[in-house]
Amino acid sequence: MMAPLPSLPDRGGPAQPMLTVTGLRRWFKLDSRRVIRAVDGLDFSVAKGATLGIVGESGCGKSTAAKLVAGIEAADAGEVVLDGEVFWARGARIGPEARRAVQMVFQDSHSSLNPRMTAAESIAFGPEAHGVKPAVARAYALELLEAVGLPPDRFADRSPLALSGGQRQRVNIARALALRPRVLLLDEPVSALDKSVEAQVLNLLVRLRVQLDLTYVFISHDLSVVRYVADEVAVMYLGQVVEQAPAATIFAQPLHPYTRALFASKPSVDPRRRIAAPPILGDPPDPVDPPSGCRFRTRCGFAEALCATGTPPLGAVAPGHRVACWMAVPRSGHSKAGVAA
Amino acid sequence: MSVALEVSGLEVAYRSARGFVPVVRGVDLTLAKGRVLALLGESGSGKSVTLRSVVGLTAREGARVSGRVRVLGQDVLAMDARRQLDLRGSQVGFVFQEPMTALDPVFRVGDQIAEVLVRHRGATWAEGMARARALFDLVQIPAAAQRLRAYPSELSGGLRQRAMIAIALACEPPLLLADEPTTALDATVQIQVLLLLRDLQKQLGTAVVFVTHDLGVAAEIADEVAVMYAGRIVERGSAEQVLLAPEHPYTRALLGCVVRGGYAEAPLVELAGSPPDLARLPPGCSFAPRCVSAFAPCGVEEPGEREREAGHRARCHLGR
Repeated sequence: MMAPLPSLPDRGGPAQPMLTVTGLRRWFKLDSRRVIRAVDGLDFSVAKGATLGIVGESGCGKSTAAKLVAGIEAADAGEVVLDGEVFWARGARIGPEARRAVQMVFQDSHSSLNPRMTAAESIAFGPEAHGVKPAVARAYALELLEAVGLPPDRFADRSPLALSGGQRQRVNIARALALRPRVLLLDEPVSALDKSVEAQVLNLLVRLRVQLDLTYVFISHDLSVVRYVADEVAVMYLGQVVEQAPAATIFAQPLHPYTRALFASKPSVDPRRRIAAPPILGDPPDPVDPPSGCRFRTRCGFAEALCATGTPPLGAVAPGHRVACWMAVPRSGHSKAGVAA
Repeated sequence: MSVALEVSGLEVAYRSARGFVPVVRGVDLTLAKGRVLALLGESGSGKSVTLRSVVGLTAREGARVSGRVRVLGQDVLAMDARRQLDLRGSQVGFVFQEPMTALDPVFRVGDQIAEVLVRHRGATWAEGMARARALFDLVQIPAAAQRLRAYPSELSGGLRQRAMIAIALACEPPLLLADEPTTALDATVQIQVLLLLRDLQKQLGTAVVFVTHDLGVAAEIADEVAVMYAGRIVERGSAEQVLLAPEHPYTRALLGCVVRGGYAEAPLVELAGSPPDLARLPPGCSFAPRCVSAFAPCGVEEPGEREREAGHRARCHLGR
């Protein structure tokens, strides 16, 4: 592909993480007394060319986290470092190059496209804003349509209203790619799609990542989707990461009781292997008034007095495997502390 | 009479700018009392429209409906609006995907249950409220007395869906129709509501038609599965037959889209293309343009339904 915008240079080499997020926090004030702690101290890093999957239920703060990392929403505290350079910190301005480097794809493929623009116009819009001549931007948009599996002769001049959900999501992906980003933040990109279309878009995303040397942060409520695309998985609960590990590790040996419950809640497609009883009861608590100590304790089968008083740290239990649970901390005082899972 | 629901030759067409578009194209179903049928399909397959037609809702919306629908031996499409209204709620319960659109936001949920019993069972208000309390216990809503006085917006998604189930079951209907009742819920909540429905169905002996796009959900709850594509049932049988030994290439393709590992070790087999435009259906089998096994007859002649083994039927030219 002949891209009109230059590629963004690599700075720190392959060993330097593409994205490092430290202490990210965003609270929303509802009124004078009530505050939603949507994201409450988030730390993670993503290696170059890898996919970090963030999984969690509604209200856990995963979408807010994506917006904070993309710089669309300003955090109250914390820092986002992109390939060794500060991308976002309080009070700092994001330069146009850095803006290009991090792009986002949203869940709702419909509301994220301007209904008055054709597919090609939406894709060309970003490059034009970055100074590319309209004719060049359009030619590039057509190439991108082809790259996401939409033949431009049929799709370039269509309005988003004349596209199916899967086709619209492909346009959104092409639009994000048009700025030649290094990082794509994908917020539930396949959740609104039918299963047969979901498979197409997931495979497309994996292929593009390899082809274009991209790094992904892939957010989903759907564990199996995350399992499919991610190298590294972070599980969020009420604004915090409760467990993070390489995908192979976390799926083989989940340690946090919430991660286990989440895994055990997923029905298989085998009617002979039905789930006998729900792994956990109740709904996730209101993020306005999260439980004290460990936020999962109100739904946890292993909760003890300690869990209500102290917040368990997100500590390493093995290289690369971090868990925020008192049972994972030796001599924490929990009766099951240090007992191998 | 051991049949809860009998649908034959059901056709539903909606008016559009291009004339009437067929959405359901000849659906036949028989569901025995106390059994659970999952109607499985992707968006636009006609599964929800089929379900809504069973209680006469689509005709009310101006759709053109033909065929025959019998609920507990009564011909629904021949009924006047008043009798259909009597049927809904008293003999047929309905659970929708989004409880907020089905519950009235300005009435307390307890009152909404009591109302059903006053309307359909001639109960007094006090009797209705007492029964509502019992129903909240049945659907395992904690702090029931307090929750009965709540407005729908004050309940969490999971509790709202439980309240919706309580309303649907208020008159202990022999037939329950559920349209993606757990789709909007979080995974840990979805499984709770799904298993609650499964337990209540067994306990009360309710026949259930459960519309879903999720194969796992179907495997969890259904005795029988019918797979819909472009307005027709393309495969049906017991849950084991359809999900473990699928006959139709579409069912196989759907199972191929179920994630079983990472991209590297278990790549998903894509189903190319998208479902056909119902206003311009391809000739022959509607699935043929996307089918990896399509051969000459598929583009010409629409396959009939053939039985592979007892109770397991598919609409496909293969293996004929």
